[in-house]
Amino acid sequence: VTDHVFGAPIKRREDPPFLRGEAQFIADMSMPHMLHMAILRSPHGHARINRIDTRAATRMPGVVRVITAADLEGKLMPLPCIWIPGGVKSYFPPHPYGIPGAGAVLATDRVRFVGDAVAAVVAETSAQAYDALEVILVDYEVLPAVVNAEHALRDDAPQLHDAAPKNLNALWVCGAKESTDQAIANAEVVVSQRIVNQRTINNPLEPRGALGHYDPSTDEYTLYASSQAPHNHRFLLATLVLGIPFNKLRLVSPNIGGSFGTKGYLYPDMPLVLFLAKETGRPVKWVDTRTGMMHSTVQGRDHIQYGVLAGTRDGRITALRCTSYANLGAYPSTIGPGVATAMLGRSITGPYAIPNAFCEVYAVFTNKTPLGAQRGSGRAEATFLTDRLIDRFATAIGMDPAEVRRKNLITPDQFPYDNGLGWRYDSGDYPAMLDRALDMINYAAMSAMKAEARWRGKRLGVGVSCFVAVSGVGPSERMGKEGLLGGAWESANIRIHPTGEITLTVGSQSTGQSHDTTFAQVAADELGVDVAMIEVLHSDTKRDPYGQGTYGSRSFSVGGPAVKLTAQKIKQKICKVAAHIFNVAEDAIVYEGGQVYVKGAPEQAKSLRDMAMTLWYGWAISPGMEPNLDETTHFDPPDFNYPCGAHAAIVEIDEQSGVVDLVRFVAVSDVGNVGNPLVIDGQVQGGIAHGIGQALMEEGVYDDEGHLLTNTLLNYPMPRASALPNFELDRLISPTPHNALGAKGAGEIGAIGAPAAITNAVCNALAEYAVEHLDMPMTPEKVWRAIREPRAADAPVRQRKDAP
Amino acid sequence: MVNGKEYTTDVEQRTLLVDFLRDELGLTGTKVGCDTSQCGACVVLRDGLSVKSCTVLAVQAQSSAITTIEGLSDDAQLSPLQAQLWEAHGVQCGFCTPGLIVSLTDFLQHTDDPDETTIRAWLDGHICRCTGYQNVVRAVQQVIGTLQEASV
Repeated sequence: VTDHVFGAPIKRREDPPFLRGEAQFIADMSMPHMLHMAILRSPHGHARINRIDTRAATRMPGVVRVITAADLEGKLMPLPCIWIPGGVKSYFPPHPYGIPGAGAVLATDRVRFVGDAVAAVVAETSAQAYDALEVILVDYEVLPAVVNAEHALRDDAPQLHDAAPKNLNALWVCGAKESTDQAIANAEVVVSQRIVNQRTINNPLEPRGALGHYDPSTDEYTLYASSQAPHNHRFLLATLVLGIPFNKLRLVSPNIGGSFGTKGYLYPDMPLVLFLAKETGRPVKWVDTRTGMMHSTVQGRDHIQYGVLAGTRDGRITALRCTSYANLGAYPSTIGPGVATAMLGRSITGPYAIPNAFCEVYAVFTNKTPLGAQRGSGRAEATFLTDRLIDRFATAIGMDPAEVRRKNLITPDQFPYDNGLGWRYDSGDYPAMLDRALDMINYAAMSAMKAEARWRGKRLGVGVSCFVAVSGVGPSERMGKEGLLGGAWESANIRIHPTGEITLTVGSQSTGQSHDTTFAQVAADELGVDVAMIEVLHSDTKRDPYGQGTYGSRSFSVGGPAVKLTAQKIKQKICKVAAHIFNVAEDAIVYEGGQVYVKGAPEQAKSLRDMAMTLWYGWAISPGMEPNLDETTHFDPPDFNYPCGAHAAIVEIDEQSGVVDLVRFVAVSDVGNVGNPLVIDGQVQGGIAHGIGQALMEEGVYDDEGHLLTNTLLNYPMPRASALPNFELDRLISPTPHNALGAKGAGEIGAIGAPAAITNAVCNALAEYAVEHLDMPMTPEKVWRAIREPRAADAPVRQRKDAP
Repeated sequence: MVNGKEYTTDVEQRTLLVDFLRDELGLTGTKVGCDTSQCGACVVLRDGLSVKSCTVLAVQAQSSAITTIEGLSDDAQLSPLQAQLWEAHGVQCGFCTPGLIVSLTDFLQHTDDPDETTIRAWLDGHICRCTGYQNVVRAVQQVIGTLQEASV
């Protein structure tokens, strides 16, 4: 037993089954008599469905059932949208309960994106189900499509939803418009930039899947699915899609192969496998392909932003304004509209003290795949906007960009700091983080490094990004005002068995975040027992206390405190009973190292197991006390928490090829108190790699008809090992006062600073070519063109040809 | 021959080796992460050399000796590579892990004293979205270091 289990670099207890190939993911599951489902998806970005002929498909070998929207009428309701732009009027497809809808489970008369589900086949084997898709005849009448969010708002743009005129879901605003406009009008220096924060595809390595089971003897459905929010999905599917009692649906998430935001959404396949399991009387399984997933699982980012930053000649930022066009895709995803508005808009000032700020977001429907969250969403686009504008501002006033940042960073004496846009930052030392990052990257020696690189024929650049990232989504009341139709608390249950072993059950769901280890550390630390004594369970909605889901870096920073509080309840109860047994006052009882004893008499200590057994029998407990050790806590945080960091990157650019080589990457992070440094560093590293992917290679490219051109891993590049350097990490710790652990979110922060740091580095390297800005991804071609045609780098080719 | 055991069976011509292993033999440790031979989650050893089993037809593997992650995990003890991946926190969601282990087993057997660049180049056949590869590289370096110490 160690005194410091919390914070120790304990290797993960869940690893051996993964290392041995024994861990079961959804695709690895099977049930007796199981059938396989395949989904027919629209090949068109926008089309009317005139007729669907499934007759040939039903006669294909092995086919058991073929269904279209007509078969679902009155049986499955449309999917709901549960995070809408808060506080403003918004427009959604219909849902029979009058809540915001997110589209029918199977397309009725129209398809609105390539990947829209049109029909489903169930067959004896997966191959037979896919074969049958080939002979379903759909008579499509192709309609004009629109994929650009700005274009979609034009009067003559194709209209996607009757309920959403001009394709506008909402115009969401925050901040002080008048004072911001005024400050910009009166400013000494103003810089502005149009920024395309490109559509990205999350691509967790495991494609999604669902396995439905129906038991007629109990009228009960069970859904096994790669869901990162099993309790919430159970609630939504049962009540708002299937229309059955909550307790007639059990949802179980097996191991999940990464998510990064994608598996927190409802998808047509989930109700379909349940519906078809009941219809056929046999379990029905569906597992997506990579290409299917890239078309139909929510995608990320996709904002066109117009940013304006104003300041003084001596480097003080006075105002920041952003107008953003968020491309929601064809339907509102489960929480997409809320993510695309509030998480961006309230975050635009980042870690800087900017007195006047305003953000408006047009959330717009287009013929793209629905938009969701991607690791750091909203905050990443906000950070990119502001940190790019700051570099532009620094250039305009001839000041070092790091110096401009230092001048404007919020200082530690200003906490709690109200950013004027809705966030109230809790703690941190932003200037110290910047200084540490600059120190680590040897910023002072940059001009010598640039000169040395020139000798090697390379252009070297350095870039910095400072960020603060709202994490740990909650409290519930605030989220209600923020447009979330749901709660934002988490839970934990601890049972100490009569034999002394401990079961900790949590409401949040792992998609690779190391719940089994870090949550056990929290409980073991509080109870003073070995981590090995504690098993951690989650992901079965019929067994676990409820939780609201793993998203927004909230598992550890909202679910973790629930564990600690529960362990404290257990301890209190043990002490109370011990006082009764030893016949002393409660304050004479010492709880230490998993034992209780009377102060001064540790040799007569009783172990946790003794106490558990005592409480199990219940023969000798205090009058009025409940027997047994079984406690639950639901934790609804008083506020979000605000992890922060400073990233610095050095790139070298080959002028002949335009290839950007990321030479060094430094990340200084503050996630408050650290439960397990191995886990935190691992998540930061993964996040950085994700951010590098966005900066240098990843983009979901659509043609004008709405076809996704980057629809496989062949044409959608993701970071591979040789593209990445070893990341150099450091950490500052400022505990958040908003939870009992002092822990802040950590899962997303790596992806938040990296894109801006790298883009700033590239533009810094190309300063001599007067490259003011490059949109991501900074592919060799884009950089090569920027070097050759610097001032017109971002202009369409046509314009350059037409130029006199 | 799969993991030392001989199988005689008829398969459809179009059946991929990965589907045969998973669906017919129940060896689900081999994963499917993509459909274009890019991700490396499905790597198995064919006669001791790593192949992406989504790019091999089951019939092509006739008369071959196939080793899957299950075949590398017969011992009660973890292999040095598995153990170092554990020590170095080289696993997060764990979906790419079996493919990585099988592939790196081939690498470690057939590469003399690889440096970091060589290790990373080998890993280019795999996609891991969780780790940023850093701890995977460190684990491989640890294995090499341990092997070298053992041979001195």
